[in-house]
Amino acid sequence: MVQARGYVSGANEVHHITFYGLSTCIWCKRTRQFLEDEDVAFDYIYIDLLHGSEREEAVEQVRRWNPATSFPTVVVDGEQSVVGFKPEELAQILEL
Amino acid sequence: MTKEIIIPPEKIDQVYASLDQWAESTGYHLNPNREFTWGLVEGLLINRERYGYQACPCRLAVGDKEKDRDIICPCEYRDPDLRDWGACYCALYVSDEVLRGEKTIQPIPERRPREKQPF
Repeated sequence: MVQARGYVSGANEVHHITFYGLSTCIWCKRTRQFLEDEDVAFDYIYIDLLHGSEREEAVEQVRRWNPATSFPTVVVDGEQSVVGFKPEELAQILEL
Repeated sequence: MTKEIIIPPEKIDQVYASLDQWAESTGYHLNPNREFTWGLVEGLLINRERYGYQACPCRLAVGDKEKDRDIICPCEYRDPDLRDWGACYCALYVSDEVLRGEKTIQPIPERRPREKQPF
């Protein structure tokens, strides 16, 4: 079962990564799969599985990085973000 | 906690087939990547179970039909996104050029206006 929040362990822990997605979104699935295939550790949050204030807080976190509040949004080291399924951009930022 | 919704694969196959037929009969095309499109149809059906309507699986719905009306599939933004990007936002629908392999799908920016996002 898909959990609303969690942590995926990986050999690559160089960066602190937070993945924001929707459990029904194909582009989110592909982005998550890319991170897993690259053996990168990351936190994940599926906003559609959250409710009430927890969801509102998560939406606010995404909006800070991505005013369109679209998914997936991947935040790296609390410094930059990648919006949408962009493996090349992620690979560059994560030095893969 | 959200109850997990599992859609039987045969149900997804059935809806996929009828959606494909409907799309072609109305001058549209579903994404030819079967695995990709199957996953999108699954997302649509999960949202139908959750909300009572097929909200776009790639957007955050709130569960109020009036507020989500513009993102019920096919969404209000399908045609302009097909025209400008060759695919709708989630890429369920693609243009003739994409279907013929003359254009590839890029990540599509969200054109839903901020004021329509109820969160």
